[in-house]
Order: sequence, then structure tokens, then C-alpha cells
Amino acid sequence: MGKRNKIYLILYALGIFVIPVFLRNNYHLMVLNVTALNIVVVIGLNLLIGYAGQISLGHAAFFGLGAYLSGILTTTYGFPVGPTMILAVLITGTVAYVIGIPTLKLEGHYLVMATLGFNIIVYIMMIQLDRVTGGPSGFAGIPPLRIGGFVFNSDRKIYYLFWTISVGVLLLSLNLIRSRVGRAMAALSHNEVAAKCAGIDTEKYKINLFACSAALASLAGSLYAHYITFISPGTFSIFYSLQIVTMVLVGGMGSLWGSVFGAFLLTLLPEFLHGVKDFSVLIHGLVLMGVLVFFPQGLFPGILQAWMRRRESVQAETAGGKGT
Amino acid sequence: MRADTYASNGSILEAQGVTLRFGGLEALNGLSLSLKPHQIVSIIGPNGAGKTTLLNAITGVYVPDSGDIVFRGQSIVGLKPFEIAALGISRTFQQTQLFSNMTVLENVMVGMHPRTRSGFLGGIFHLPGERKAEREIRERAESFLDFFNLVTKADRMPSHIFIAEQRRLEMARAMAGEPAILLLDEPAAGLNIQETETMGDLILKLKGNGQTIVLVEHNMHLVMGISDWLIVLHHGSKIGEGLPEAVQKDSRVVEAYLGR
Repeated sequence: MGKRNKIYLILYALGIFVIPVFLRNNYHLMVLNVTALNIVVVIGLNLLIGYAGQISLGHAAFFGLGAYLSGILTTTYGFPVGPTMILAVLITGTVAYVIGIPTLKLEGHYLVMATLGFNIIVYIMMIQLDRVTGGPSGFAGIPPLRIGGFVFNSDRKIYYLFWTISVGVLLLSLNLIRSRVGRAMAALSHNEVAAKCAGIDTEKYKINLFACSAALASLAGSLYAHYITFISPGTFSIFYSLQIVTMVLVGGMGSLWGSVFGAFLLTLLPEFLHGVKDFSVLIHGLVLMGVLVFFPQGLFPGILQAWMRRRESVQAETAGGKGT
Repeated sequence: MRADTYASNGSILEAQGVTLRFGGLEALNGLSLSLKPHQIVSIIGPNGAGKTTLLNAITGVYVPDSGDIVFRGQSIVGLKPFEIAALGISRTFQQTQLFSNMTVLENVMVGMHPRTRSGFLGGIFHLPGERKAEREIRERAESFLDFFNLVTKADRMPSHIFIAEQRRLEMARAMAGEPAILLLDEPAAGLNIQETETMGDLILKLKGNGQTIVLVEHNMHLVMGISDWLIVLHHGSKIGEGLPEAVQKDSRVVEAYLGR
């Protein structure tokens, strides 16, 4: 991670941890808590889209697997919360690995179809296996998160936990993309043949990255289940997958800070649009269209570029002024 | 550099009856050749002779339909491109294939991939070993930039440097993999006379360091000036080989280029 990124990250973390001091409303805290989890999922997906050049339309399923595995194992079978989350992450990662092996060995976008199908299968299973999952009416009574004797039973406590995890995931991901593995991933996403000829096992990296990406979604899902303590299939349908992909695209493929931005924007936007009621969907759609038309590379990189250009032109002007 | 092992006849790479078809077209037709180490061997021939296809077959991008390719006594047919690169064969491309999403320096750092280790965990947690390895990678990549006269462009994006520099950068990236054989696919394409001359000197300098080089090139002036050995392809077959002066006078070669 570069020096500049380190400074941004520290400022970001400071900002994040100061915010709840000014918030009295628990609902606001809850929206931000969900944002923290969305950031985790979006960063995971962006690693896949931006660094493996592959799209997944099934991240809601991985999110859901984490949530349901954690929920069922702790509530029905009395497993301890912490270890179960890790178990869920491992299981989900393995499932993704198994999906990835046949689909990612093929060149082209077969992963989209496989994950789309997988999401639908998982969704149907959540509804049909009602003895285990509670079916369409959902699964309730999930125990809250606890570390030792400390129970995370308020939105405020959860806020600090979730945002620590969310910032941590961002930090580790920023580390990863600046490493040897990260360079290899950036290379293969950009030019697969050249990457192969430079000695990079592109298949292995794509499959591993997909498994990691799914594991992150699973982690977020487990946290979600223990936070809300009630889960139902609707949350994990294909629409959430699409929402997550949209957050990646709006934030900018391959830009991790963009992912943070995209997750914030698209999680908070509907909240701001409550006031306009029926028009909210329309405005939401217009914002998305506007971003894709005017900033096809993503809103965050787009704004950054515009700002850099502006700064450069200002510098050029002052330099020119000095010269004459 | 690792100890070189050669076949009994002293060749570092040998193609034996390599045939490669695209549908009905035989791009390579029972091609056999052998490369001696520490030389510049140029492969010439008219357009469509199968020169680039040969490079693609050697690097594993295409798999031959029949025949064998033996590198240091080991058959490499069927190996994946990344495995062949790790064994010690690097290449450049006719149309430069740089990673335009990273800087000049980072492009070279990627080239060192097969010669470095450190996996996901090291990368994620930036372990002390990883930091040290990363510093070494950076320093070594800088030394490659120095050799290829690109130091001042280290932080530029590849699309913001001249074509001649892009060609050199691709060579630097290939050399960063510490190959036993460097395959150059038309390194002078798009260069002017002066740049071509510089390119020739650079290739000679590499050879001076003991590098084995295979050169596919249309610029006959460059080829005749620096090659130790010439192999002439026509319709996917070898129609002649020898010292540059001898090949130039070969009637079959003249015929292939100019027609009867």
C-alpha cells in the first residue's frame, strides 16, 4: 500500500469512528451498519470483477449461505457464534471453488451464467427446505454476536464492530492489490495471453480469487444474520446480486475506494429518496443511468480524473504565468 | 543464471516434425529445427510463412497437432504457457501486449512473476518477508529498466511512452522472467531507421550477456546485420537455413520472397 493510500485510510477510519458521536437515531446507525456489510461484499466482488475480469451474479447466494449456515447452526444446533462464522466462510469458499473450477477454466464469461443459476438454486432451496430454513416466512431467533462475555446488543456496539471489520477488509484488500499476487491479478484481468506468457497461472488465480470473493460475501452474511437476528429468502434473491454488481460498476471496476463510495451511495440513496415516495425508483434509475452514461469507468475514478485534470490545468496556467 | 543443460547435439531447443493446422490450413507443416545456445537465430519468411505460429507453438499458446518440441531435453508440448515461461522461455509480441493498467515499472515487476514467490497471505498481511521480497523485486525491476534505458519512464503509463520504448519495455518484461531463450516477434516493427539501429545494438548487447535469442523480423537489414544463423520458412516448412550470407544467395529463398 502506498503512502498516500495509508493517509487516506487513516482519515477514512477516523471519520468513520467519529460519525456515531453525532448520531442519536438508531435507524441511522442501522443503515450505516448495513452499509459496512455492503462494503465488504462489494470489495470482494470488485476484486473479482476488477482483478480477475469475471462477473458474478450470485453473490447474494454466497451472502445468503453465510447467513443461513450461521443462523441454522447456532440457533437449531447450538453451535458457538464465532467459530460457526468461520465454518460458514470455509464452506462457502469451498462451494465457490467447486463452481469455479469448471467454469473459470473456460475462456469467456461462463461464470456469469453459473453464478446466476446458483443464486436461483440457493434461493429456491431456502424456500423449499422449510423444515430447516423456515421457508418463505423466514428464520427467526438467531442469537446476537458476542465476543467472550461481551454481547453486541445495540446498534451502536454493532457499528464499531462492523466498521472495524469493513475498514479491515479494505486495508487487507489494498495490501493485496499492491503485492506480487495483486500485480498478477491486474495483469490477467487486462491481458490474459500476455499474463500467461509472463508466467502467471491465470486459471489458478481466477479460481482462488472467486473463492475469496465468495468467502467475503459469506462473512458479511453471517454478520448480517446475527445482527438482524431474523433472515428470510427475499434478502438473498438475485436482486441483491444485481444491486452489488451495480455498486461495483458505479464505484468503478478495479477501484477499491470506488467500491466504498459505490456502496455508500447506493445504500444511502434510497434512504434519502424516502421523501419523494413514488418517484424514488425513477430518481434511483436516473442516477444510475447518469453515472453509466457520463462516467462509464465508474463515478469515483471519473470524478478523480476530472479533479486531476482541473488541477493540472490550474498548474499549467500558473506555470505559464511565471514563464512570461 | 541457472546451469544450462543441452541435448547431445548441443541444441537448447529442438522442434521435431511440428505440424499445426487451423481447419484445413497447415500453418506449420512437419517443421523441424534446432537452436544453438548463446546465438541470435532469426526466422524469416514471407507473410503467412508460419513464423508467429511457430513462436505461439513454442510458448504453448497453440498446441501442435503432431510433432514434438524439446527444450533442454524435456518435451514441452502440452504444457501451459505459464509453465513454459517458468521453465525459461519468454517472448514479446508482434503487436505489443503491455499491461496498460499499470506503470512501466510495474510491467517489469509482473515479468518477474515466475522467479519470485509469495502468495495470497503474504500479500494480504504484508508480512515482513513480503516487504523485503517486494523491495528486492522493485530494485531488480529498476535494474532491468536501466539496461533497457527506460529509467526516466518508470512511473509513466505504457500508453504514454514512444513505440520504441514500448518495444523495449516488452523486452524488459520478458527478460525479467530470466529466460534461457528470448523470443522476439518483430521488435523493429513501427520503428524508424535510427530506432531500429538502437534496437539491433540492444539485441547484440543481450547476446553479449550470453542470452539465446530467436528473432522473427521483416527488416532484412537488421536481420542480416545481427544474426548468427538464419532459418527460412515458407508455407509452414523450412526451406533453408544457414549463415546470413549463404542464405541470401540461396535460390529457393529468393524464389519464396520474389517469386520465380
